[in-house]
Amino acid sequence: MELLWLIPALPLAGFVILALAGARMPRPLAASIGAGSVGLSALIAVVTAAAFFPDQRAHTQNLWKWIDAGGFSSDISLTLDALSVVMVLVITFVGFMIHLYATESMSGEKDGYSRFFAYMNLFVGSMLLLVLADNLLLLYLGWEGVGLCSYLLISFWYSDPANSRAAMKAFIVTRVGDAAMAVGLFILYKEFGTLRITEVMNMAAAQWSSGSTIAVAAAALLLGGAVGKSAQVPLHTWLPDAMAGPTPVSALIHAATMVTAGVYLIARMHILFTLAPQVRIAVAVVGATTLLLAGISALAQSDIKRALAYSTMSQIGYMFVALGVGAWTAAIFHFMVHAFFKALLFLSAGIVIDALHHERDMLRMGGLRHQLPLAFWCFLIGAASLSALPLISAGFYSKDLILWESLASANGSAWLWAAGMAGALCTSAYAFRMVFLIFYGKAQSEASYRIAVHSGLRTKAPLIILALLALLAGFLQTPESLGGISFFSAFISTALPSTPTIGTAMSEGTMQYLSGFLSLLGIFLAYIFFLYNPDYIRNFIRKPFGFALHCFLSSGWNVDRLYDILFVRPFIYAAQTNCRDIINLFFLLVALLHKGANRVLCASQSGLVRKYAFGIAAGAALILGVVALK
Amino acid sequence: MMLVLLIAVPLLAGLLCLPLSTIHRKAPFWLSLAALTADLLVAASIWANCQTDAVAAASAGRWLISFRIDWIPQLGVGIHFALDGLSLILVGLTEFLGIAAAISSWSEINERAGYFYANLMFTISGILGVFMSLDLFLFYFFWELMLVPMYFLIGIWGHENRAYASMKFFIFTQAGGLLMLISILGLYFIHGRATGIYTFDYVQLLGTALSEPEGTWLMLGFAVAFAVKLPAVPLHPWLADAHTEAPTAGSIILAGLLLKTGAYGFLRFVIPLFPAASAAISLPAMIIGTVSILYGAAMAFSQTDFKRMVAYTSVSHMGFVLLGIFAFNEVAVQGAIVQMVAHGISTGMLFFIAGALQERMHTRDLTLMGGMWSTAPRMGAVTLIFAAASLGLPGTGNFVGEFLVLLGSWQAGAAITAIATTGLIAATVYAVWLMHVTFFCSAGTEWKFPDFSFREMAVAVVMIAAIVAIGLYPAPLLKVSALPVRAILNNTYVVPDAAALSQQSRAAVKPGVIR
Amino acid sequence: MTNIPAEYGLVLAALLFATGLVGVLARRNIIFILLSIEIMLNAAGLAFISAGSRWGQADGQVMFIFILVMAAAEVSVGLAIVLQLFHRLKTVNSDEANTMRG
Repeated sequence: MELLWLIPALPLAGFVILALAGARMPRPLAASIGAGSVGLSALIAVVTAAAFFPDQRAHTQNLWKWIDAGGFSSDISLTLDALSVVMVLVITFVGFMIHLYATESMSGEKDGYSRFFAYMNLFVGSMLLLVLADNLLLLYLGWEGVGLCSYLLISFWYSDPANSRAAMKAFIVTRVGDAAMAVGLFILYKEFGTLRITEVMNMAAAQWSSGSTIAVAAAALLLGGAVGKSAQVPLHTWLPDAMAGPTPVSALIHAATMVTAGVYLIARMHILFTLAPQVRIAVAVVGATTLLLAGISALAQSDIKRALAYSTMSQIGYMFVALGVGAWTAAIFHFMVHAFFKALLFLSAGIVIDALHHERDMLRMGGLRHQLPLAFWCFLIGAASLSALPLISAGFYSKDLILWESLASANGSAWLWAAGMAGALCTSAYAFRMVFLIFYGKAQSEASYRIAVHSGLRTKAPLIILALLALLAGFLQTPESLGGISFFSAFISTALPSTPTIGTAMSEGTMQYLSGFLSLLGIFLAYIFFLYNPDYIRNFIRKPFGFALHCFLSSGWNVDRLYDILFVRPFIYAAQTNCRDIINLFFLLVALLHKGANRVLCASQSGLVRKYAFGIAAGAALILGVVALK
Repeated sequence: MMLVLLIAVPLLAGLLCLPLSTIHRKAPFWLSLAALTADLLVAASIWANCQTDAVAAASAGRWLISFRIDWIPQLGVGIHFALDGLSLILVGLTEFLGIAAAISSWSEINERAGYFYANLMFTISGILGVFMSLDLFLFYFFWELMLVPMYFLIGIWGHENRAYASMKFFIFTQAGGLLMLISILGLYFIHGRATGIYTFDYVQLLGTALSEPEGTWLMLGFAVAFAVKLPAVPLHPWLADAHTEAPTAGSIILAGLLLKTGAYGFLRFVIPLFPAASAAISLPAMIIGTVSILYGAAMAFSQTDFKRMVAYTSVSHMGFVLLGIFAFNEVAVQGAIVQMVAHGISTGMLFFIAGALQERMHTRDLTLMGGMWSTAPRMGAVTLIFAAASLGLPGTGNFVGEFLVLLGSWQAGAAITAIATTGLIAATVYAVWLMHVTFFCSAGTEWKFPDFSFREMAVAVVMIAAIVAIGLYPAPLLKVSALPVRAILNNTYVVPDAAALSQQSRAAVKPGVIR
Repeated sequence: MTNIPAEYGLVLAALLFATGLVGVLARRNIIFILLSIEIMLNAAGLAFISAGSRWGQADGQVMFIFILVMAAAEVSVGLAIVLQLFHRLKTVNSDEANTMRG
């Protein structure tokens, strides 16, 4: 337990070392520092978790006083409870897998090898701080830290303007959410005089009535932050563009860090959200909207990574639905399973992309299952887990839990459930669309495989381990009808309350049949439209309506354009028009006035002695006159 | 006596710079560096002496160290220097940034180097005087003293448009300074008439009974002078030109220190001398602060000149300081002080980078830059860190400052703070835009120039260490500033020793001379 | 000895002064301007003397001698300037000497 501080400290130390001396290091050393620090951190996380497991008491480690000003006080202190144990294990473990994979996949980089690992380490370190923070300010530090790292990593190949732009977009959009969250912190501090999470939660529960304005405001502002980081509607637009970074980065952003921060925040602050039912409904609605919007958009993507990005948004949408109905455990369970299969999908997609010389267009791929057997099998397992293939995939158990709770929990509703079910159909359809497009069908570009990079153990081991987890992690928590294992929910129940369920018209078993059927139906549809008879879609897209629909969906429902018109352009226009600073004009006017007065008075200095003499005489006469008349 | 030494060392070094430059070209540089380092050590020793809790507690509401002799006793003018936590922090910052400014001039200034360093040192001793004077006459004296050498620094060693910029700078600050002079004299006479004691001594002038219009007008005279220096929108236009045209050292001093004299003035003079009147303008001042934050950020985004852009970010950052000061609570004012220090370091370093780029590329035009990370990765990394500091990233000092300011001002006004918080977004926009157009997005032209040298890297590393240290462990700073902040806000500054007071009044009561 | 009233002297002095002033304002020739200034100075002197005799004090005459000396000095300097001016501009027209125009 006393080693807790080492968990975030190791990756951060790795970052510092690599940042200072990485450029002069030989590559193997940089790689071993980069991956090793995260690996060690994972090891310590396991040790700590083992120590935590027997008595399951939250443990706080106070490192040093951070800020102490005028009654406001905040420490750098870490706390470990069941929720953070899960988060830390997933982050360090999946993070380590991705680092390991990256040591090989990034070896083709000319420069920036150590820079890459420095950023990655900082990323993991910030995320660990985020989930271990004992107060909201430290959480905010990690929160912004992951934002910065995503910015750095998306713009990793900086010289391409598109990458740099995507990075700017990611940072700015998430910062919008962050600003909202900051205001939320101000409210909490003003009300409670502290930002320590446990104290805030206790006081909120004690002092605020359910649905009071202040609780709603605070929760809504925190939701703003969560929406920004987790790429939910309406702040979701940065995520598809964030695919500009290297593939391991995408894996890290999507699986282990960054986008799950919002889920964590809401789960961590669950008491606050329970006190604000309106906001909790908003969370569920945001989640449902996002999962549908992103799920449908994913069907129309041709870029392999963009499709995966939309799938992440959609899956996080599920987690938000779960959070919204108060199924905290389900959300965290799905987070964990999602981390495994999404990392798996990205890493195997990375192999495909590298093998095809950075070709990311799925329409130009095909028939790769023989050339890239490992990638194929891993991607297949990932896709199966993503589309919640019944019984054998982990995704089935976690998603099923969410679907069931969205209907059966006291806060659930049929609408949310229906959205989730529709989403499930989309999910399996787009997941297997990707599988069919990439690995089946006619091979399109045979010649240019560069598999050598990915032949080593450091690629294979992470993939195989993640694949196993994507299949088996579901057995930590199974529904009543299928064994009723409740290991996960029992473990996390010390940190998160369980969800009360009410009776429904449908039994859990029936719903499982239904969702399993939808999952298989999705795969079947994908098979029909993308493998068996791909011409149907091709012809549809050639028609004007089909083309318009395709453009609309592949651009993510044109939200980018909308924001561009609403916010970006007016701001740029206003800034550009005023780049000479209009206020300066006022002072220029003052200067001009003085110049004018100067010109007028200059005219009086004629250089004619007689005029001066007249002036003197007239002045003297005037003064004498005044004196005489007085 | 320590305090006189603090000011005298740079002053004497400045005087010596002139003859020394004939002996060796770099002699003035080394002399300035030595003088500033010595000064920094003196300040550090004062700091170390007052770190123990017992001393700090004993000196609550008083001065850590003070020095007073008569200067013009007939008029009640004395030479009265004193340090409390607030001035100590700023004195330390002055010397720290002074060293950075001197180092930045190593290769940039080759013409009339002796005269340059003399002016630099005079400015610095003027600033030190401003931070230490507790006599309004003396304060005004130093206020002007720092102005004139700065005018020369811009006017002689500046860039293309230097004559215009230096004139504008001078007129703006001078106009503000004259308003302040009127207020000083007004306060002097009102206090004299009421008590019979004609004195410029700050400690005695505290608590002068003022009618409401008197207080408001006198306060405005001070406030305008300080708002020009700060600068607060709409009194900021001098800043963009002055910062842009000044040589690197000048920009560092301007942004890092001269702006702080404005903020310091608000804290030291406006609020304690006119508590009622300044409380009355709290809301307008907070609004001006917020406008400055947003306007400065938007302006920064639209600039195409590196230094001009950084100059406008200063407007934005100092808006936070104004917001914090007029929120009138401890958290916010402490935040404003941290923000002052952090802004001094981060903006100073950005100007340092701009100067280094100007030296290498002979341009500051952002439209010509781009993709320079591959040319100069060290420079890029340093710029990145300070761009991040500039946008208030947690872990840097700026975050501590901005967060405390906003946290505190939320207690004073929720709506205005919510608007000010959007400044965080605007800051992100300009900071990432800066990285985008300089070091990231390639513009096609391949730049070839040397990366940061050892000398420059040393400065960068120290600055990074400083900004991160403030970001992660601001406790020493906050501890030193806590007492003065409490004294300023609660108006418990007035504790002159009885002995000093009576001696002072004997010297000052000379009605015949005054009337 | 008949007493001439002081007013007569003062009126004469005023007339002389007005003559001189008109001369200064109206003439362009610098020599004439100098002459006119002399007339004005003498008018001032006359006023002093009349006033002195009116009060029966010697101060007025002292002042007149003072003015006399000053006028001499002024003329010597003035003529030197005029000579220089003529040397440079080849004219004694005062309006030509307007190089100080703003």
